[in-house]
Amino acid sequence: MAYLPNLIFLILLAAGVGFFARNLKRIIRNIKLGKEVNRSNQPKLRFKNMLRVAFGQSKMVSRPISGLLHLVVYIGFVLINIELLEIILDGLTGSHRIVAPFLGSFYNFLMASFEVLAFLVLIAVFIFWTRRNVIKIQRFWKPEMKGWPKNDADIILYFEVVLMVLFLSMNATDSLLQQAEIDPYIKAGSFPISQYLLPLFANFSVESLVLLERSFWWAHIVGILIFLNYLYYSKHLHILLAFPNTYFANLEEKGKFEVNPHIKNEVQYMLNPEAVSGNEASTPPDKFGVTDVFDLNWVQLMNAYSCTECGRCSNVCPANLTGKKLSPRAIMMKTRDRLEEVGNNLNVNKGSFITDEKQLLNDYISPEELWACTSCNACVEACPIAIDPLSIIMDMRQYLTLEKSAAPAALNTMMSNIENNGAPWPFSNQDRLQWANDD
Amino acid sequence: MKLNIPTLSDLAAAGKKPEVVFWVGCAGSFDDRAKKITKAFAKILIQTQTNFAVLGTEETCTGDPAKRAGNEFLFQMQAMQNINTLNQYGVTKIVTTCPHCFNTLKNEYPELGGQYQVMHHTQFLKKLIQSGTLQIEGGTFKGKRITFHDPCYLGRANNIYEAPRDLIKKLDAELVEMKSCKSKGLCCGAGGAQMFKDAEAGDKEINIERTEQAIEIQPDIIAAACPFCNTMMTDGVKNKEQEDKLQVMDIAELIAKANDL
Repeated sequence: MAYLPNLIFLILLAAGVGFFARNLKRIIRNIKLGKEVNRSNQPKLRFKNMLRVAFGQSKMVSRPISGLLHLVVYIGFVLINIELLEIILDGLTGSHRIVAPFLGSFYNFLMASFEVLAFLVLIAVFIFWTRRNVIKIQRFWKPEMKGWPKNDADIILYFEVVLMVLFLSMNATDSLLQQAEIDPYIKAGSFPISQYLLPLFANFSVESLVLLERSFWWAHIVGILIFLNYLYYSKHLHILLAFPNTYFANLEEKGKFEVNPHIKNEVQYMLNPEAVSGNEASTPPDKFGVTDVFDLNWVQLMNAYSCTECGRCSNVCPANLTGKKLSPRAIMMKTRDRLEEVGNNLNVNKGSFITDEKQLLNDYISPEELWACTSCNACVEACPIAIDPLSIIMDMRQYLTLEKSAAPAALNTMMSNIENNGAPWPFSNQDRLQWANDD
Repeated sequence: MKLNIPTLSDLAAAGKKPEVVFWVGCAGSFDDRAKKITKAFAKILIQTQTNFAVLGTEETCTGDPAKRAGNEFLFQMQAMQNINTLNQYGVTKIVTTCPHCFNTLKNEYPELGGQYQVMHHTQFLKKLIQSGTLQIEGGTFKGKRITFHDPCYLGRANNIYEAPRDLIKKLDAELVEMKSCKSKGLCCGAGGAQMFKDAEAGDKEINIERTEQAIEIQPDIIAAACPFCNTMMTDGVKNKEQEDKLQVMDIAELIAKANDL
């Protein structure tokens, strides 16, 4: 019986980590539904970009207020999780503050820092919540944020409050038990923030304090395991995916759009059939462009899972700013929704996809959204973790134009002008040098 | 004034090769407003005795608007035709006044067999100044407030923000920035083939939004570096009935005017 708590802890930990691992595997499987794209060149530069953009948050600070607040929560999250190591060791071995004797006064410093960070996180989270729910900053209230996305954002903030409060309460009750010299509460740690919570617990008996301390301790670790598993269902997945997402980001100039290699073969063959040998001309794909998540490449799919729905992209999108239906954030959210739907289809059908008569184009993303894009790259530039909504838009346009001839009529006119006159307007190419003769 | 512009075929017939090809682009060739930019830049090339030529009737659309409208097929047809022409003449250097042509030639032609050193005219002009070939007469724009509207395909697409600004500074003018500038510059609304179609339903035109940003800082001149931006901003200024106090001019035009060309 003495080992029952250890056993319960082990089971909870294994279940929490195991369930998360299962879902993570599903995410990876879903991402791999995407087409191959080579993003393994220049590993040093990629690693540097990841350090700078994801780890170093370099693009977050372009909006100083949210950038700074995010930095606080981020640093708090990363550092306070060091304490998680001790909690896990304690839980597994049945010890209490197992690391303290080895670290001496450094342990006090660590605990004190964690407490200060927890306090700062609470303040930042409070401001975040106020920005969303009281000030109602516009980008958090766009149409695509209705329902789950809005709730998701708030739930994350509540999670963080609960976890930080549990952490501080745990320390407060612990320090009271330390003062009372109750075994096994060894004198360890320094508690600059939770000391202010002591009056709350002042009149409790030792038994009640132990019960409270244990409850906070268990609730804290269980809360963390629940939060870990919440990631899969949430925009909060970005805390993990921001890293691969920045590593595998496009390194080319933003103005360079992919040159479709299949079309290159076809065009070369058309212009000069002899020059293209039989082996070189690959079999053409069953369709040009993108209609569903299967046609996107895996980086585009990873982008969709990485999106935190912060809306910095839509906030600078010229189409969105002027009231058009297009929102680059919605493009990413819809891509993820569709990918999740496909993933669930795979889950229930034992790994094979049974057609559901749906696709990303039309059922999720409308042509009206796609045709409103000016390809200005503002969304790509604004994304703090290098998501590229523009490439998805362009790939879907390619399908509409090449497979469905469904470009807006004015664009069809423009394109037939190019075909016939070599210019987007109906001018004769013979007049190309006329400007030199003009007054 | 009629300009004597050498073509590549003329030069080739005479057994000569230009140092640089001036890629005029469709807007620069056919659009009345853009033709003035073309002329201004050509006059600077002539004044600086740059050894250049144009393709003339052998030039054809780079394919940029077709590609952005989803017609990769038409884009590649155009591209390969142009690459064929350029390679036949052994072209190595290209300068263009259009950021869309610039981007396509520089970034999307290499994979299709067209490898050239491509420069936007603002980069080229800056080089001419650095080498001392081009001097800008101060004075004309002294005390004028000039703001620069970053073309998306020059700025974000290719990270060129300083060359055009350096040129404006040479004019003795006061360079003022809009609230969205450089990497955060707001699009004029013409890119991605939008130039050739009506905008989707919304509550405002993009060029109006951008023009309002410009008017906010009360410049005398909006400097542009793209024929499409120029059209969009000119329309925006007209819409706001500001054309008496606010001009939209390409940087090549500013320099040509400063030098009385």
